[in-house]
Amino acid sequence: MASAREEILARIRNAKVPAAPQVVRGYNRKGPGGVEMFAERVADYRAIVHTVSGVPEALAPLKGKRIVAPQGVPQEWLIDGVTWLHEPLSIEDLDRADGVLTGCAVAIADTGTIVLDGGEAQGRRALTLLPDYHLCVVRADQIAASVPEALERLESTRPLTFISGPSATSDIELNRVEGVHGPRTLEVLIVT
Amino acid sequence: MARNPVTWLGSPTFPKAAHKALADTQLRQNLRKATGTIRARRAAAVIEMNDWEQLRVAGEQIKDDVLARLDTLLVQLEESVTARGGVVHWARDAAEANQIVLDLCREENANEVVKVKSMATAEIGLNEALEAGGVHAIETDLAELIVQLGDDRPSHILVPAIHRNRSEIREIFQRRMGVEVSDEPADLAEAARVYLRQKFLTTKVAVSGANFAVADTGSIVVLESEGNGRMCLTLPETLITVMGIEKLVPTWQDLEVFLQLLPRSSTAERMNPYTSVWTGVTPGDGPQKFHLVLIDNGRTATLEDSIGRQALRCIRCSACLNVCPVYERTGGQSYGSVYPGPIGAILTPQLVGDMHDPQAASLPYASSLCGACFEVCPVRIDIPSVLTHLRAEVVEAKGRTAESIAMAAAAWMFREASRYEKAQKAGALARFLARDGRITSLPWPGSKWTSSRDVPAPSAESFRSWWRKNRG
Repeated sequence: MASAREEILARIRNAKVPAAPQVVRGYNRKGPGGVEMFAERVADYRAIVHTVSGVPEALAPLKGKRIVAPQGVPQEWLIDGVTWLHEPLSIEDLDRADGVLTGCAVAIADTGTIVLDGGEAQGRRALTLLPDYHLCVVRADQIAASVPEALERLESTRPLTFISGPSATSDIELNRVEGVHGPRTLEVLIVT
Repeated sequence: MARNPVTWLGSPTFPKAAHKALADTQLRQNLRKATGTIRARRAAAVIEMNDWEQLRVAGEQIKDDVLARLDTLLVQLEESVTARGGVVHWARDAAEANQIVLDLCREENANEVVKVKSMATAEIGLNEALEAGGVHAIETDLAELIVQLGDDRPSHILVPAIHRNRSEIREIFQRRMGVEVSDEPADLAEAARVYLRQKFLTTKVAVSGANFAVADTGSIVVLESEGNGRMCLTLPETLITVMGIEKLVPTWQDLEVFLQLLPRSSTAERMNPYTSVWTGVTPGDGPQKFHLVLIDNGRTATLEDSIGRQALRCIRCSACLNVCPVYERTGGQSYGSVYPGPIGAILTPQLVGDMHDPQAASLPYASSLCGACFEVCPVRIDIPSVLTHLRAEVVEAKGRTAESIAMAAAAWMFREASRYEKAQKAGALARFLARDGRITSLPWPGSKWTSSRDVPAPSAESFRSWWRKNRG
């Protein structure tokens, strides 16, 4: 008996689907973009947004809290008065933390999205998932105008997380409610 | 061959099920409210895009290209996933897929798994198969959890509990979670968060579906809202992803089209809250064992039909359900399948692949052919055309029936003007059966028609004979 793999592939070939015409990409691959549009669209999904010129001054509200700081967070962000939690951290450690401070890989103005790729100042995925509060720093030059522009800047084989606002659901009467399993508060600092 | 669990065993045909559903006023109220809300929100999300039509065309073309090169792309996907530390499995049908997943759970000594909402696993009846094998599957999507705790069936592709309103959900949660909770959606969401938290933190095996798989990189993509997906895709040690063989896109760049089309079409958002992308295994981040199960389960048979195969372009957004006047009134369970609504009416019978199955054969008739589904479909599936094509297949499968004999008689009658006029005169006699200009019950074979609809009474005089008298 042929293996499932061989049989499925044979059935596909047997269907003799004709070749498709060349894909026409007539849609916009670029967009107006910009800090303002990004800020407005992140806020649309009830994330808290601030546009700042320096990061350390904006971190004062974290004082007195236990905040996860992933590998690669700049030294100047680690202000006094905050209990910074560094790797290695267990699931329980993360669950008990008050929040997490990260950078990002790319942001998307058109959709108000931040994208994490596990690189510098972001850490592994669990770090931004278990704490109930996520503070994300976005540099203006990281903001891509459109989804196509953002994908072009990303490395697809890294573990990626696209985040657009805090955790939400539309499962009750198809209306959006914020706050389910992911962080219930998302705060974004845009550094210009 | 075993029956395909894409339809639920013992489901009545669509007209019978719809008849019963129409009498449920609570259901109709819930559906009218929910579909009305999402229709308005989707329209607003789409009108913002001045290139929506170009995106739809590109979406259609990319998916057609996938279907044309499916064998090559699947082999390419298998190579890229394997190169990144994943293991690829192939399953001809539901039973084979379920066995693969069950064996993998046993290998990990898991008697419990957490699940991300997945149409593929619902289609193959995975939860039931795992349960029979001693593995309990915990649904973690809010709507799936409502269905699971309510011992209910799903009624919508995106929001399987769309037929439940907030007070019904409250009742299910209180009964099954043993907690006091209000009927405020935010409180209900909080109750689900608390209920599932420990499960996420401790369960070793997760099962997911996939929205897209990128052939050239091996990347798998899951879109979600709540964060339950991220929990399942990140915390367990082993991840098993089950996907239909058609869920491919050829390249990473192709995703730029679908990441714009899908959120706006399904939840009416510019972007859904969370999208996860992973490629095989990443040391130090997420599950260290990854299995990808590719399922056929009727897809290759669907691929053979030159008109019907466009149903395989579907990206499961559910926009067609939300605009369908039939779905809004009958609800999803009337379709007797995990795929309800217009897409279900064309996809389900093709996956079943047997037009002699009366339930599956009734589905292509679950439509008024108004065409609203085609207009909103992000990958331009011409659902009305496929419906009429499948209706022809149903008629052909039936052979000689009252309907086909009546059609043959009609053809004979229409061929000669004199026969036609005689028939009109005879037909006019039916006026004596009418009350208030309508006939509610005709003698056989006309009863076949009037069992589900009225007939207007014929005029006393035909237009042809009136014309001859007055203008001829």
